[in-house]
Amino acid sequence: MATETEAASEGGLVFHPLDQFIPTSLFGNGAVHWYTPSNLTLWLAILVLAVVGVFVLGSRGRGIVPSRMQSVGELMYGFVYKMIEDVTGKDAVKYFPYIMTLFVFVLFANYLALLPMSYSPTSMIAITAVLGFGVFIAITVLGFVKHGAAFLGLFWMKDAPGFLRPIIAIIEVISYFVRPVSLSIRLAGNITAGHVVIKVFAGFAALTLASPAAILGIVAIYGLEILVAGIQAYVFTILTCVYLKDALHPAH
Amino acid sequence: MATDTHETVASACLDSHGGAIGMPQLCGEWIPHQIFWLLVALAATFFVMSRIALPRIAAVLAERSGTITNDLAAAEELKSKAAEAEAAYDKALVDARAQAQQIVAEAKAEIQAELDVELAKADAQIAEKAAESETAIAEIRDGAVKSVTEVAKATAKELVAAMGGTADAKTITAAVSARMKG
Repeated sequence: MATETEAASEGGLVFHPLDQFIPTSLFGNGAVHWYTPSNLTLWLAILVLAVVGVFVLGSRGRGIVPSRMQSVGELMYGFVYKMIEDVTGKDAVKYFPYIMTLFVFVLFANYLALLPMSYSPTSMIAITAVLGFGVFIAITVLGFVKHGAAFLGLFWMKDAPGFLRPIIAIIEVISYFVRPVSLSIRLAGNITAGHVVIKVFAGFAALTLASPAAILGIVAIYGLEILVAGIQAYVFTILTCVYLKDALHPAH
Repeated sequence: MATDTHETVASACLDSHGGAIGMPQLCGEWIPHQIFWLLVALAATFFVMSRIALPRIAAVLAERSGTITNDLAAAEELKSKAAEAEAAYDKALVDARAQAQQIVAEAKAEIQAELDVELAKADAQIAEKAAESETAIAEIRDGAVKSVTEVAKATAKELVAAMGGTADAKTITAAVSARMKG
């Protein structure tokens, strides 16, 4: 691992759980500029290739009776499609490609990050923030384009007693603007935490006495992370659907 | 990890050993890098999904549901056809049975008629034969009676002659006739 000399001086226990998030240049050891192909680039490329593999190569047979890969793709397609229909409504089906792209991107990023030696794009707060704020801005713009000023009715509870309405409106506005923050921090936080915990357990594995427990701990956390990876992709997508519903049908 | 060696990458977020200072995710130096490659990857994913994968899967799903609907309709049609065929078969069976009964009845009637004709013919023949026989018997009986009468007359004449009388033919005939009736 990182520093053998330090390891010797610290008695075998080395914790660098955050080093796994450092982007490094793929070619040469230079600094990582915005255009530099890095390990992040590599794993995003692998992600795109995996998406192509499942959804394009998998469905190239176009079988009435699907092959295995095709039925995986069809399963995700049906899952997201039904989610949009159920949560957002039938008129939101035209936004299906965008939501499907988000879901597939987050899901594949989360699961590929669970491979050993991989790099985790969804643990980058900048990346999840782009996703979250992208969703937020797109939905807000869509709401104003569709409903104009009536979109602001989203914050004005007509059912509430008169004197409560301004207070509720303030709370609603705050909660509305917190949405992208919670979306992005939830995703990045969950994925980062899982990876860091695994690294910390791996650090304890250097102690002979603690290693069985540490390895068991890694296995357990890894199992948990497999759940978290799927659930976070699901949560991100379903919240996008819920927010989209507000934009399409702002009346409560 | 790639940061194994002690190279010094020029970065504000790395210490002299290449380890992270703070959270690498929060290092402003790398954020443009992350956003740039994210946008590239997102665009690529969106292109692949919206242009190739999703239309294809939608087409496959539509085709499948179409095929299933068609197959169900075809199965329904075949089922109704089978029901029709069964009804036709049942009808044919009933018809055939009725026809068979009719044929049996006709044959019976025909046989009965023929039998009646033959019986009548046979009866007539029997009656004819019986009548013939009766006349023959009557003839024979008549002949026999005549013969007996004649024999009796002749005998009586001879007897009368033998006894020395002259036989009057008329008397003898009357006597014999009276006796024969006897």
